[in-house]
Amino acid sequence: MNRSPYLSSAPSVSVIMVKVMLALVPAIAAYVWVFGAGILAVLALASITALLCEALMLKLRDRPIKPFLMDGSALLTAWLLALSLPPLAPWWLVVVGTFFSIVIAKQLYGGLGYNPFNPAMVGYAVLLISFPMIMTHWPAPLELAEAKLSFANQLQYIFGTSDSFSLDAVSMATPLDYLKTQLTLHHTVQQVSLAPQFGMLGAKGGELVVAAYLLGGLYLLQQRLITWHLPMAFLSVLALMAGAFYLLDPAHFAHPLFHLFTGASIFGAFFIITDPVSGPTTPKGKLVFAAGIALLTYLIRVYGGYPDGVAFSVLLMNMCVPLIDAWTQPRVFGHVK
Amino acid sequence: MSSLLNIVKQGFGLGAVAVSGGVHPPDHKHESTTQAVGQLPLPHQLTLPLRQHVGNLPKVLVKVGDYVLKGQLLAEAEGNISAAIHAPSSGTITSIEDALIPHPSGLPDRCITIALDGKDEWIAHAPIDWRKLETEQDKSKLLEGLRSSGIVGLGGAAFPTQVKLRTNAKSSVDTLVLNAAECEPYITCDDMLMRERADQILKGLEIAQHLLGAKQCLIGIEDNKPEAAEAMRHACANSLLSKLVPLKVVVVPTQYPSGDARQLIRLLTGIEVPADKRSTDVGLQCFNVATVLALHRYFDFGEPSISRIVTITGNVQKPANYEVLFGTSVADLVQAGGGALADTDGYIMGGPMMGFNLPSVSVPITKASNCVIASAPNLFPSAPPAMPCIRCARCADVCPVSLQPQELYWFAKSSNLEKARDYNLFDCIECGCCTYACPSNIPLVQYYRFAKSEIIAQDRAKEAADLARERNEFRLMRIDREKQERAEKHAQKAAGAKAEAAKTEATSATEAPEDEAMAAKKAAIAAAIERAKAQKAAAAPQNVVDAIPSVQAEIAEIDARREAAKQSVTDAIATNEAQEEK
Repeated sequence: MNRSPYLSSAPSVSVIMVKVMLALVPAIAAYVWVFGAGILAVLALASITALLCEALMLKLRDRPIKPFLMDGSALLTAWLLALSLPPLAPWWLVVVGTFFSIVIAKQLYGGLGYNPFNPAMVGYAVLLISFPMIMTHWPAPLELAEAKLSFANQLQYIFGTSDSFSLDAVSMATPLDYLKTQLTLHHTVQQVSLAPQFGMLGAKGGELVVAAYLLGGLYLLQQRLITWHLPMAFLSVLALMAGAFYLLDPAHFAHPLFHLFTGASIFGAFFIITDPVSGPTTPKGKLVFAAGIALLTYLIRVYGGYPDGVAFSVLLMNMCVPLIDAWTQPRVFGHVK
Repeated sequence: MSSLLNIVKQGFGLGAVAVSGGVHPPDHKHESTTQAVGQLPLPHQLTLPLRQHVGNLPKVLVKVGDYVLKGQLLAEAEGNISAAIHAPSSGTITSIEDALIPHPSGLPDRCITIALDGKDEWIAHAPIDWRKLETEQDKSKLLEGLRSSGIVGLGGAAFPTQVKLRTNAKSSVDTLVLNAAECEPYITCDDMLMRERADQILKGLEIAQHLLGAKQCLIGIEDNKPEAAEAMRHACANSLLSKLVPLKVVVVPTQYPSGDARQLIRLLTGIEVPADKRSTDVGLQCFNVATVLALHRYFDFGEPSISRIVTITGNVQKPANYEVLFGTSVADLVQAGGGALADTDGYIMGGPMMGFNLPSVSVPITKASNCVIASAPNLFPSAPPAMPCIRCARCADVCPVSLQPQELYWFAKSSNLEKARDYNLFDCIECGCCTYACPSNIPLVQYYRFAKSEIIAQDRAKEAADLARERNEFRLMRIDREKQERAEKHAQKAAGAKAEAAKTEATSATEAPEDEAMAAKKAAIAAAIERAKAQKAAAAPQNVVDAIPSVQAEIAEIDARREAAKQSVTDAIATNEAQEEK
């Protein structure tokens, strides 16, 4: 008899997911502008794979298919993974990554709301470890590419129907990658950053995408879909780390702004580490979680074996979430801490 | 942190600050404030539930067939926390039996039914001099009298008011807070009361202040009731009370649930009442506006609590407020509101955030009924099917007591009740903000109510088990003791006989001293054996081979129970330790 409250004000889960996808649209547009329309094919491929995997697993798990397909979470995971991959990725890479994200990382743990790890980052990490060559070879921005690829060329590459060009002809090391390898060859940061793929702050072309992510992120904040804690703590700790190292030795450590505007920093800060399911829920816990990711990301970038470290850092910090939540319980009204 | 901020803000005279958490549902208050408080026509019959308040059931003083006058005591308060019930009008008692009452359970409970004679004839009553308060006796006499006033908190909690007016050295009241926040949507009974009877409220407040010895009074009103706030300010300026103590109307931001007593106290004073204490322990007491008005009616006119203002709103023709005699059926109130519109699908008692569905329109209005809302699908659409929790923590953001509703939900759902208790489940005020804000439409509050009742039931069962164990242990102890006493007696007798025998032997064999020594030794050994036997018998009470089988079975059962109890205690300690380690 007592089902109060009778009122509700919340947007549904689907609305939340759709709004997050909407926040990704500027970045997708920037991608198309910088790297060509191939990314759209990758997105479509990942979306279809995700929906099929989700439906199949829901059926196997004897769960209602329609409400869970409609919640949009699988689609969002697919988009986040697709946007983490190189813009020109072979079709099987996209399919394998999406499969791991949806089937292994999400559904096998119990589906929406039950995954301890960020599904998109699980898929990404699996691909990065299994196929490091493909995963670290990004196509050069169109304006720098020697051979300009048409949309048709890009599709041919993605679906492997043509062997007329190799990946090497169109790819170029990303600034983070290039910086890392060049530093081992005893160049200074200043010398390295004269290379063509460096833009004003981050990667040439990539900066535009980063700016678009920032725009989307601000939209999420404005819509109160995320709180300031995670992006703020992540970006400021990353900047602090980079700043401290930069001040100690500017020749061997990049400027903090470089770290903020390259790689997955902004994308991660607003769209990846903000996954509510696999993240902490307390305000203080969010600060700790994001700071931990920033710390690990910087260390992996500078000392690790991979150019970027957001995915691994997120997964490592995902493991700490129960502990972080338990240790950061806020003071309850009328209690002394 | 926020409480510090509050104190700082208070210190700089910046007034009230918003509660942490809270929500802003559409308030729908203007619908029912367009017309003055009306008077319901005298019904033919009143049904008075005995359980209209928090605490013990009152003791019925009348019987079927009795003729009662308006204001006559029908049932008197029993025990410390209880409230009396009076006849709201004159008539004949037709039944004292179970009937449907407005309660979330929908279960019937004991009610007194009066067939009214329409004369509405008062019993003799007179004002009570409450100003004379020189000695402790004066005060306890007044409070004793108040026990038979039937006044309970009219804000909805229905806690007996006389209990809240008792003070002692440990809990003296410095600040009296008058709760006029009325934060729930739709409800406007306090709003209208303030607009129309602000002077009377102030008179009641003066009584409460006088009885408590409060040094200042604060009146908290949400800013969506400017007319009421103005009326109260005006009444304050003209009141006698304003000359006695500092008196202030504080307008607080409209934010549900600022009308919760502890929330309002923090809003007005910056003081956070500790969870394990009462507000009086930190020098504060809080009353609803309608409650102090009832005090005024009781002390200045001698009228007990027999009616209240109730809002009828929602899906009715003419939403409004009415002065309603307790026991009047909800149907009569709906009728007064112009009747329900065609698509009405039920009635809610209370507000839409914390109210409950009425089992029938025939249930009576009670002391706790502040509002009846006719519900319709367009007003309160049924919630879509619940989705899994995505840990978005919107619930935690809106929780006014800073709980982590998503964790509590997880524990309640998995019946991990100990953990739910650890995460302060019992600090939940069931305000419904979490459910209101949940994107997955999870009925969170229901989970908490369930978990709370489960824990309470478990605690009760444990208490009962503890009591049974104690009784059983005492019984076993008594059996042991009796057995020991018997054995001792027996041993004494035996030892006496042996000593006698030894004596005779000794006298008969005086010429053999070595034999005498031997016999004494033997006697000593025999006595020692007897003692040992007695001791053994005392130590092993189950060694009763010659008892009848039924007794033996009983003893075996008792032993098994004792073992089981011991085991369960060890288990409990083990699990406790394991949990603590966790």
